[in-house]
Amino acid sequence: MRGLEAKVPEGPITDKWESHKFSVRLVNPNNKRKFKIIVVGSGLAGASAAATLGELGYDVEVFTFHDSPRRAHSIAAQGGINAAKNYHNDGDSVFRLFYDTVKGGDYRSREANVHRLAELSLNIIDQATAQGVPFAREYGGLLDNRSFGGAQVSRTFYARGATGQQLLLGAYSALMRQVDAGKVRLHTRAEMLDVVTKDGRAVGIVVRDLVTGEVTSHSAHAVVLATGGYSNVYYLSTNAMASNATAIWRAHRRGAAFANPCFTQIHPTCIPASDEFQSKLTLMSESLRNDGRIWVPKNASDDRPPGQIPEEDRDYFLERMYPAFGNLVPRDVASRAAKRMVDSEKGVGPLKNGVYLDFASAIAREGAAAIEDRYSNLFEMYDRITDEDPYQTPMRIYPAPHYTMGGLWVDYNLMTTIPGLYSIGEANFSDHGANRLGASALMQGLADGYFVLPSTIGDYLADYLGDPIVPTDDAAFSLVESEVTARVDGYLATNGARTVDWFHKELGKIMLDQCGMSRSEAGLEKALSDIPALYEEFKTDMRVPGVNESLNQSLERAGRVDDFFELAQAMAVDARYREESCGGHFREEHQTEEGEALRDDEHFSHVAAWFWTDDPGKPELETEDLRFENVKLSTRSYK
Amino acid sequence: MNITLQVWRQAGPDAPGGFQTYQVNEISAEMSFLEMLDVLNERLTNQGEEPIAFDHDCREGICGSCGVMINGQAHGPQPGTATCQLHMRKFADGATIVVEPWRASAFPLVRDLVVDRSSFDRIIGAGGFISVDTGSAPDANLIPIPKAVADAAFDAAACIGCGACVAACPNGAANLFTAAKISHLNLLPQGQAERWARTENMVQMMEQYFGSCTNHGECEKACPKSISIDFIAMMNADYVKAKFRNRRLVSQTG
Repeated sequence: MRGLEAKVPEGPITDKWESHKFSVRLVNPNNKRKFKIIVVGSGLAGASAAATLGELGYDVEVFTFHDSPRRAHSIAAQGGINAAKNYHNDGDSVFRLFYDTVKGGDYRSREANVHRLAELSLNIIDQATAQGVPFAREYGGLLDNRSFGGAQVSRTFYARGATGQQLLLGAYSALMRQVDAGKVRLHTRAEMLDVVTKDGRAVGIVVRDLVTGEVTSHSAHAVVLATGGYSNVYYLSTNAMASNATAIWRAHRRGAAFANPCFTQIHPTCIPASDEFQSKLTLMSESLRNDGRIWVPKNASDDRPPGQIPEEDRDYFLERMYPAFGNLVPRDVASRAAKRMVDSEKGVGPLKNGVYLDFASAIAREGAAAIEDRYSNLFEMYDRITDEDPYQTPMRIYPAPHYTMGGLWVDYNLMTTIPGLYSIGEANFSDHGANRLGASALMQGLADGYFVLPSTIGDYLADYLGDPIVPTDDAAFSLVESEVTARVDGYLATNGARTVDWFHKELGKIMLDQCGMSRSEAGLEKALSDIPALYEEFKTDMRVPGVNESLNQSLERAGRVDDFFELAQAMAVDARYREESCGGHFREEHQTEEGEALRDDEHFSHVAAWFWTDDPGKPELETEDLRFENVKLSTRSYK
Repeated sequence: MNITLQVWRQAGPDAPGGFQTYQVNEISAEMSFLEMLDVLNERLTNQGEEPIAFDHDCREGICGSCGVMINGQAHGPQPGTATCQLHMRKFADGATIVVEPWRASAFPLVRDLVVDRSSFDRIIGAGGFISVDTGSAPDANLIPIPKAVADAAFDAAACIGCGACVAACPNGAANLFTAAKISHLNLLPQGQAERWARTENMVQMMEQYFGSCTNHGECEKACPKSISIDFIAMMNADYVKAKFRNRRLVSQTG
């Protein structure tokens, strides 16, 4: 047993973060520049962390595989960011945001972390506004809010349908200010391919330059992974094409525990696939559920166009099944309901693979102009993709893999099980339990990056004041460098018959069928025999054209898909182990008579953290018990 | 549908480049332009040829990674649309489509359709921010901002940094990109403290890399976010003012 020490501070939940900030050790301002910190990834978490660490005086290096830090996939978040400001006097509070988030996560998150997140939500909105993020405003000039799933208050701040873009550009501008000031060095088109450890501590990373192919080592006192989630294991997801798990997976292989890998979120409102060449799925913001009503024809054989189906022949199934929350039930609940409709052959559209999201009532009630003001860019995007006008005809939507709650296990300080290696944002597992509520990802990424990590990292660094970084010609680095080079050369030398994308698509199909919205013992067993078989083929039959010494996008993908193959096995193992249904993890064997998720708090009220063992199908389990002292465990009810 | 592609291929910045012709048959009109390139790349790989390198990521028109010249137009024929959101239904069956990288001396070519746009990051680094260290912000509702002002700031802030404006400009100027960022921040009350220094520094950095604006207006037409060239006028006005303003009196309005 290696032990998982969460380091949650003692005391009442409302005081934990304050008292923790006082008890952690600090680094004197003049000493901060003696510490070098590597940040991998430049999304909301990475950019905000790097900017803040630079402001504090640390010597920071940022690595991103993009051509600019502004491209990170946080940019695509549409709907908004939660904060318990209670500007609308509708009964919101830090405690309510905390409570909603723990409940929305189906009681599988760490209370203390979530409370801290709710506290910091207030500071995030202040910080972003001061940076010039153009949040939506009311005519009086004050900030506007809207509602999101899983909440009965309006606490979501937004910037039209591009909240992630505006928040990321805020963090990016803060980062570029530090780059210009010489506090942060930026490495673009530089992909981290491994973590380097020495004497059990993280001491640096190994990076491949995507333009020249050169593999280099970079040493630091601490390494921060802010590399996002792994939904692309499903191939078709709402993630950007290059989003991948390599950084966190390589860290896992070096000793970082991977927590709850099976906790993935399938987002209910995405545009259904139109053909087999589909490269990714596009999300339509959950905010649309504020004004859109979700329905299918009552009769499975009803082929009339939606406008010709009268009210009495429509089934507004979410409003019918969950009258209290209606169309604003949490994502996992909405997704499973839509799946049930399509599975019972009530799906709509040419491939019968969607449900309607209809704005006719809202347009009749408030006028097309009001709806346009709220969602114009989303409606335009939908029109461009489908060639259908949502002002005239209902959107078609269907769930798609979107977010991964699982990730590297971290303690309260956001440090992984490898000392000196931190993980922030979607890359860690910390705050969302088994299901993330809408508008909470931006909140967590920025809370981790702006506020939590910069306050906690000093506690680790304080021990190493005066210690030089490990030189990159140390054997610890050269060994990892040679492993990375061998891996890259191996992909190029395989020279098989199938493309990397072909394997990725096949892997995605297995994962979506067996480890997607609905999972079963038999299906997971099948996945655990199909994935290794396909993986063997991948290793011997992949074809990567070109050379290492120039921009080679097939080669980049080969490494990412290689790691997805191993991660997929960990996901299936974890899903098989967790004999309960909770949040986004739905085991068919564990459901209520009405088909709702059935938790097993007695046996599974814990984090499942897995350690690498050299056999991706047989990781070693350790658990962290979750104690609920402030939120009463209950069956989630949105009726 | 069947199409003929003429694609610019170039192995590296110093290698000679040229057009290659590819016949791409049996593709679906529902595909996006980049999915059509994916299909071609899969076929090339299976034939043992190197696939075409192109930048892309979110495929939702927001990350700004993608962008190629399609029949001489930046991001192709559909107004207000990034390359990734352009669909094959916008082209006729049997069409010949010419695909080139962004052409601008400030965007050196990396490979095939991929260019280096890091000069944009340097313009932002020169002043495209409000200096507010983490933790020092006042309450967000302390300063009311009229809705019209917030909306105008958003219109400018919608820029995705793709570089189409530069590629479309006969002078290779980056005025629309720079003006969008300057206007976004200069319009807001929070941006006033650094307004004049920001404008001067960003324009100076821009001029180190890019050509000069001569009001062709091609940038606005090419912009996938339809950002207005009015913002260039705003930047120019602020740039002139920045040369005269006594910065010790910056808090004076009017």
